[in-house]
Amino acid sequence: MAKNKSKNYYKSLERNMILSTIIVSFTPMILVITILLHQYQVSFQEKTNAHLNELVQKHRQNIDTFLNEKLGNIRFLAMTKDFDTLNDDEFLKKKLQFLRNDYSNVFVDLGIVEASGKQTAYAGPLGFKNVNYKDAEWFQNAWQTDSYISDVFLGLRGTPHFIVSVKQNENGREFLLRGTIDFMAFNSLVQNLRLGKTGYAFILNREGNFQTQPAMNFSPAPEGISFLWEAVEKTRSKFLVTQWTKKNGEKNLYAAGSLKNGEWLLIVKQKTSDAYSSLRKMYYLALVIFVIGAAGIVSMAYYTTHRMVRRIRKADREKEGMNQQIIETGKMASIGELAAGIAHEINNPVAIMVEEAGWIGDLLEEEEFEKGKNLEEFQRALTQINTQGQRCKEITHKLLSFARKTDSRLKDVQINDIITEIVYLSAQMAKYNKVTIGTNLQKTLPYITASPSELQQVLLNLINNALYAMEKTGGTINISTKISKIEPDSIVIVVEDNGPGIPEANLSRLFDPFFTTKPVGKGTGLGLSICYGIINKMGGKIDVQSVMGKGSRFRIWIPFHK
Amino acid sequence: MMTTPYVMLVDDEVPFVETMTKRLDKRGLKIVSASSGEEALKTLKENDTVDVIVLDVKMPGMDGIETLQKIKKNYPLKEVIMLTGHATVETAIEGMKLGAFDYLMKPCDIDTLVAKVDEAAKKKKSHDEKIEQARIEELVLRRGYD
Repeated sequence: MAKNKSKNYYKSLERNMILSTIIVSFTPMILVITILLHQYQVSFQEKTNAHLNELVQKHRQNIDTFLNEKLGNIRFLAMTKDFDTLNDDEFLKKKLQFLRNDYSNVFVDLGIVEASGKQTAYAGPLGFKNVNYKDAEWFQNAWQTDSYISDVFLGLRGTPHFIVSVKQNENGREFLLRGTIDFMAFNSLVQNLRLGKTGYAFILNREGNFQTQPAMNFSPAPEGISFLWEAVEKTRSKFLVTQWTKKNGEKNLYAAGSLKNGEWLLIVKQKTSDAYSSLRKMYYLALVIFVIGAAGIVSMAYYTTHRMVRRIRKADREKEGMNQQIIETGKMASIGELAAGIAHEINNPVAIMVEEAGWIGDLLEEEEFEKGKNLEEFQRALTQINTQGQRCKEITHKLLSFARKTDSRLKDVQINDIITEIVYLSAQMAKYNKVTIGTNLQKTLPYITASPSELQQVLLNLINNALYAMEKTGGTINISTKISKIEPDSIVIVVEDNGPGIPEANLSRLFDPFFTTKPVGKGTGLGLSICYGIINKMGGKIDVQSVMGKGSRFRIWIPFHK
Repeated sequence: MMTTPYVMLVDDEVPFVETMTKRLDKRGLKIVSASSGEEALKTLKENDTVDVIVLDVKMPGMDGIETLQKIKKNYPLKEVIMLTGHATVETAIEGMKLGAFDYLMKPCDIDTLVAKVDEAAKKKKSHDEKIEQARIEELVLRRGYD
């Protein structure tokens, strides 16, 4: 029960230690990783956005320059020549040829349109002379301003193009000089703008129609893209970068810049995952580091804690053993006191009895009893009482002398005396077990400094163990002392028996606290560990040799003073 | 011819004291008894002729050692024999250091006790005589100078 409880205690101790170690190690790691990742993400996004912005700005300028240049060409032509010169197919054809040569075939055709909407002169691959543009949207818009660049439309020719026109007023006579810009040439300006795997650019007009050909299969819902217009107008800036999530969850990054006096919008679109792909790599790297770190921390926490708890457990067990030893010593001391008290108490009545018997003896010597026929019997009985009284005295004497010595004060002792005393005390017990105890003590051994009661305890323990081992079989115990030849300046005490011996598996654990082969309740498993402790304290050594079936031999070395 | 020693027995075990008294009395010793240290001192005050005191070491109240100290302080010439159980041998030895004549272990042989008492009485007597002698010599000397 108690064992179970302590097992749980160590388990919960281990668990708590592991948990706190993990929490303490994880918290800073998670904090650092999170903060660093966040900072990295913010700065990376800023960088990406700035890059996008720059890109858009540069291209916006390019495109604006392109458009203005084309408008400039037309305007120059219109301003430098009068209507009559211009209103001539041959002249226009020549000019178109010039322009096409100079600007790599960007201009498709040129024409003069009068107020009525009729094209009076035309140069180009299509026979559009005398075509009436009166109802065309571009014409209506162009007539309102000096110069005009139309949106991309299909028009009469059925292919996408847009018109650049300049309105001239020559002596009250108004006309338009218009040029058509090849869509493909213009488109290439934008189409070549590519970013990563998914980034591409396109131009939208106010209505949300494409002014260039999108590179991908992409058809923005008008309301979907109109937010960019709103955003541009709201911020009153010419550029912005924003992120927009489509209904299907696809996230895209948009960079927009207004063109053509705010009529068009150059948009660079890139999937967010693509734009921030290196950020994702960073996330993966952080995750890998975290996982490896976590695994390291957890395994280290588990390993070190496990080891630590095992040590604590061992220390606790040793402490428990020590406590047990102290209790045992205390018990011995109190038993000793008790024995001393009892011995003294018995001693007094015995003394009185012996005195009374002596008194009877005194009286018997008087004359009147000398002739009594039972005189001899009386005297024999009195002698017997006296003898038994002396025997009681001897027993109490032994008991007292033993009890008196249960203290751990150091004295100079003669080990042979202690052995003799112990053998005397154990003789009775040995007799019951059919064991004889023999001694072979070397005379004139040097004195050793030790506690006599502790030495008694050690020897009694060894003898009792031997007696217990030979309980059924009987046998002999031999105790010998001599000056050691192995250990310098030491006395060696050998206690050997011819009992059943100790199994080899048990030999190494023999001196461990709580190691016992006795049935539960019979032995504490402390005896030999206490012996070990006592001998160790004296600076001595104890060891054991045993052969199964032959017997065991304990050797104790105790140093003496030179 | 030796005068009979006057002995005081001090022990808290009354039956022991009684029997002892009878036995020592039978052997021609003059006996007075006390069952405690206090009683012993009281008796000594009243009766100054006691030669030897047989004193039990272990007694309730004033114990043997204390009694011994008091006796030796007040009556330095009186001889004390300590009577002890085994547990108090050290005490008995201590007693001897304090001036006890000897110690005996209980239960003791009556003849041993008598012999010890005689020895003690003899010692006391010789002490007394020496002091008497010294006193006489002193008197003679003083006379001589007068």
